[in-house]
Amino acid sequence: MTAALPTSLIENPRLDRWIRFLPDRTVRIASGKVEIGQGIVTALGQIAADELDLPYGRVVVLSGDTAEGPDELYTSSSHSIEIGGSSIRLICAEVRANALERAALRLNCSPTDLAVVEGRFLQCGAETGQDYWTVAGEIDLTQNVKGTATPKAASAHSIVGQDVPRRDLPAKVSGGAAFIHDVLTHGILHARVLRQPSPGAQLVSLGEAAIRRAAKGEIQILREANFVAFVSEAESVADAAAVAAERQARWDRVRKLTPEQQEAAWLRDQPSEERPHGAAAAASPPRNLVRATYSRPYVAHASLAPSCALAEYRDGHLTVHSHGQGMHPLRRNLAAALGLPIEAITARHLHGAGCYGHNGADDAAMDAALIAMRLPGRQIRVRWRREEEFGFEPVGPAMLITLHVQLDDRGYPADWTTEIWSPTHVQRPGSGGALLASEALANPPPPAKPTDPPVERGGGATRNAIPLYDIPAHRILHHLVLNPPVRTSALRGLGALPNVFAIESMLDDLAARIGQDPLAYRLAILFDPRARRLLEQAALRCGWASRGPAGTGKGLGLGFARYKNRSAYAAVAAAVAVDEEVRVERIWCVADAGLVVNPDGARNQLEGGIVQAISWTLKEQVRFDERGIASRDWGSYPILSFSEVPEMQVELVDGAGNPALGLGECSCGPAAAAVGNAVAHALGARIHDMPFTRERIVKALL
Amino acid sequence: MSLSFTVNGETRTVEAAAGTSLLDVLRNHLGLVGTRFGCGLEQCGSCMVLVDGEPVHACSRDVSTLAGRTVTTIEGLSSDGKRQPLQQAFLDEQAGQCGYCLSGILISAKALLDRNPRPSRADIVAALDRHLCRCGAHQRILRAVERAAAVMRGEAG
Repeated sequence: MTAALPTSLIENPRLDRWIRFLPDRTVRIASGKVEIGQGIVTALGQIAADELDLPYGRVVVLSGDTAEGPDELYTSSSHSIEIGGSSIRLICAEVRANALERAALRLNCSPTDLAVVEGRFLQCGAETGQDYWTVAGEIDLTQNVKGTATPKAASAHSIVGQDVPRRDLPAKVSGGAAFIHDVLTHGILHARVLRQPSPGAQLVSLGEAAIRRAAKGEIQILREANFVAFVSEAESVADAAAVAAERQARWDRVRKLTPEQQEAAWLRDQPSEERPHGAAAAASPPRNLVRATYSRPYVAHASLAPSCALAEYRDGHLTVHSHGQGMHPLRRNLAAALGLPIEAITARHLHGAGCYGHNGADDAAMDAALIAMRLPGRQIRVRWRREEEFGFEPVGPAMLITLHVQLDDRGYPADWTTEIWSPTHVQRPGSGGALLASEALANPPPPAKPTDPPVERGGGATRNAIPLYDIPAHRILHHLVLNPPVRTSALRGLGALPNVFAIESMLDDLAARIGQDPLAYRLAILFDPRARRLLEQAALRCGWASRGPAGTGKGLGLGFARYKNRSAYAAVAAAVAVDEEVRVERIWCVADAGLVVNPDGARNQLEGGIVQAISWTLKEQVRFDERGIASRDWGSYPILSFSEVPEMQVELVDGAGNPALGLGECSCGPAAAAVGNAVAHALGARIHDMPFTRERIVKALL
Repeated sequence: MSLSFTVNGETRTVEAAAGTSLLDVLRNHLGLVGTRFGCGLEQCGSCMVLVDGEPVHACSRDVSTLAGRTVTTIEGLSSDGKRQPLQQAFLDEQAGQCGYCLSGILISAKALLDRNPRPSRADIVAALDRHLCRCGAHQRILRAVERAAAVMRGEAG
């Protein structure tokens, strides 16, 4: 046995959960990781093709299928290449070795005499008539993986490291039925749900007659406790019923929210669980203490498409299609919520719009499943309404961060405390949360004790709370806020963006205290050579050496982090112009993700992370009113537009000597920080709170 | 009510209640699922189609206003199953992540290139500014439209 297997292989050791030889001379690779717009299916196919020495086109990838594919939990935390990819690499290396052994027996030679060319086995360069498919029947794929085969060295890769085009894009530029939303088979029933305004709210009355009139067509109204669904053969009828139902429903015990609760500052005085981490308490009284507070409000995933799901209950078996991040967890959660044995459920993934974390996808699947159970033998399609997605998806939690930094005599950090107030960042069903509709049923699940991923597992609110810089003592004081006003859960990078924004803002201000250039200040306390290289390169690209004075309305700023302090590194520089608003004019990003499977796909992810981070930093805040989340359309929840997106120059340094590092989230924190520092440079004054509204710009200048 | 209009070059006759949206008719009556629902409020551009050559939000366009008119959807951009230079340029630039916004964006880009074969970057931004992309593929999308324009002018892509 080699070193520890990736967790995905420990949990799914059987080879046939991962790989099968199909009669059409293709190989099917299965993965629990799913396509959420990040190009993972393409990248996993590249890894398999390379390891098996097959043309890329001969590898098909089955993704997110509980009947045949492995359980790899969720597609999250930039784990898909690090864990999912390395699992597939090991599986393919082992099956390749097994196949060569079988072929060698047939050919009466040694496996080392054989080479694999496009799936055919050659002996000393000559065709042997043997290939994967001739020996496939003799390879026992019911065996468990041994993990003893050695994958190719990076220098031997021919498909990994190439800009292979995304497999799914052709259908998406041609109007193909590319998304779960597009499954509109004959006889399908369309459903919409009347959402319970808040957990515990009771439906007192429902004007069904008025709803039927407004629906203008045949409609079934299904009701179970506080869950109500409208089902019709016509989508427009189901939709009209749901719209009318908002006005025809009277609710009791609705939790009322106030606008004050939408601000991160509100968190400070709330009941919390104390979760200290790191060094013992700092010396008291503190020496040379600098303290500052930063914040990010609640923000939305804001997928471009509202959540959608399909479900059919036939002959005692429930088949669900979903665009959620994990089909095996969804299957378990549905089984628990519906009281079905797990074997009675199959969950399969279909593409949705980009999700960027835990949005309404799983909840829509539960809606569809509940309705399907009531209408056996019919395919049910639930599609949330736009206002439903904004109003009821879990949101990214607000965070309030106070940094307490004690400086040494030269002005560098000697003791660093990151103090965080935040609700949980992970409230997935079955781990701290529940499928939304189950809250509306007769026996809602008991409230779960809030929890948050521990620092050792990458952290939630604490993700990237410890600076990567060399600081003699550091600690985290995490106040896990127990009763947030809204449901919060995983959003791209969890706490990384607010924490990196806070840390990097502080570093610029500490540099200014001793009159040092922010880049030089960082390099003075940063020993990791990979990190230093990125900062130096980003500085070179952006013309840091000729950076102008502060306070001119034009600014240049830097931001740096290594995601989770153990995944990909990214340094970002931002050039901004500020008058009444912030305009990000240019971005430079240099990243080190070790071995990169698909460089263009990786750059696409880095670019996307930067755009989202700028959008969160400048524009986004989920707003509350009495009825709950008030920002329920793109007018009240604006995001960065085409005319606001900066020019970007994104590059990956050659990291092929190092293992592949998850990179999908690594550019977000540094981008937010770079913009923050650039704005501070432009204004000659710092804005501590996101988003950077006109009011905050004006206030910073006062 | 029954009405006829031209969709992607073919005359189609549909039965639809007054007030039915063009988007609903395309997706649920005509099986043209490439036009996407995003918001229903003309705020995101996912549902953009051409009506007599002009970009229109299908989500809120009452189908009864379309009698005798000509509608082009994303499916109508390819002819004989062959991708047009505009679509190919999006693939060449890998201009998309989840791709949900792309149908609508391609429609607005087509309308732009039909009337302006030599658009500046600012022209392209202006033509696409009412489209949202949440994944952050904007710069790739802008480059793809520039590339398509060059290819369609007969210059190297």
